[in-house]
Amino acid sequence: MEQQIGLWVGAFLTMGIISFLYKDNPWYKLTEAIFVGISAGYWFVALFWDNIVGKFWIGVFDRGDYYLLVGAVLGLLMLMRLAPKIGWISRWPLSFVVGAISGFYLLNYFSSNVMLQVQSTIMPLFSPQFNDPLFTSSAGNIISNLFIAGGTFTGLVYFFFSKEHKGAFGGAAKIGIWVIMITFGASFGYTVMSRMSLLIGRMYFIFGEWLNLIG
Amino acid sequence: MRRQVPLIITFFIGALLVISVFIPPMVSLKETFTLYFDIIAVFAFFLGGGNLLRVHLGKLYGKKQDWGFSLVTVAGFAMMLIVGLFKIGNPGGIAASITAEGSLFQKLFEYIMVPLGSTMYALLAFFVASASYRAFRAKNREATILLIGAFIILLGRTPFGMMLTSWIPEQLSILQIPNLAIWIMNGPNLAGQRAIMIGIGLGVVSMSIRILLGIERSYLGEDK
Repeated sequence: MEQQIGLWVGAFLTMGIISFLYKDNPWYKLTEAIFVGISAGYWFVALFWDNIVGKFWIGVFDRGDYYLLVGAVLGLLMLMRLAPKIGWISRWPLSFVVGAISGFYLLNYFSSNVMLQVQSTIMPLFSPQFNDPLFTSSAGNIISNLFIAGGTFTGLVYFFFSKEHKGAFGGAAKIGIWVIMITFGASFGYTVMSRMSLLIGRMYFIFGEWLNLIG
Repeated sequence: MRRQVPLIITFFIGALLVISVFIPPMVSLKETFTLYFDIIAVFAFFLGGGNLLRVHLGKLYGKKQDWGFSLVTVAGFAMMLIVGLFKIGNPGGIAASITAEGSLFQKLFEYIMVPLGSTMYALLAFFVASASYRAFRAKNREATILLIGAFIILLGRTPFGMMLTSWIPEQLSILQIPNLAIWIMNGPNLAGQRAIMIGIGLGVVSMSIRILLGIERSYLGEDK
């Protein structure tokens, strides 16, 4: 019985969202309002139990990790935003978060997005058939490696705006934008596929689980 | 005072985290700060929830247009808070997890939030289709390359793509659409991704330095 009610509620809400394809209508607005309220409440409750109770309360009062009080004080300072006269104090926890994220990303991004990517792009571009397996590579691999090394280099040339894209530099930038277009095309194709599979899932819910029209 | 103190905090905390990487006893600082973030995030969510209530209750009291939907939003928010914070309908009582099997909170998530969330994202399939129509009109060389790339990836991931090119002999199997899609993903796509990632990495590094040195101050807002 309970599952049946859940199924009907789910179907009502699913159809409400899909009804937007016709036009913006009260049914869609109703489901949208439910979604906003329910999801805000869900995340509020989940964060409260996970972070305030699970990490702060248990940490401070069960384990004696009093250093966590600093986090709570910073959090309380964040609420000063509600008092217009002392609202500027809420900048302190914000500065803490921005400073910590900047310091953390400064080295992490440099390591993961720059150094590791450059390192991965340095690959064999010819195969003199030395005994060392590191220097032997098949023709297919070499072509792929050339594509990757050349594509990465020209892509970076395209992003370099301190020099005018003219002559040989402009030619490299042109190839770079083609490589980036292929990347965008591939990402777009993947996005379409993921959205389609979600849509198929919802259609299966309506026609299979709810209406029992497909097995 | 109002701007200098935040700038000093930003520099001090950021520099401390950078230095901590090079001093082994300070490595755990990252985990400690992550815990602080988690706690601060909840207070930020208090502000978000308060703002949601302020906007919708304002609409309700003023009987503004579509106030009925605001009532639904507030009711949904309040229901989740009451059920979740007081663990109403939880078979294990107050000590059990809110996501415990059979709890009312979990049922609300399963029967309301999941269908709404996944349908909302699924709806994007239609808008993506209309966007594709506009983007995929091969108006110039770059758009044509994007079109071909996306088309091969889309076809390569479906049985139809395999069916279309299954007649191609084994020696030329790279030309079969699924294999071509794999090659695009591992070759040109990887190159483009790397160029973008390196660009993002350098951008993040330069922005972090600007923030730590106090050159970039937009996050502080303006004094009123």
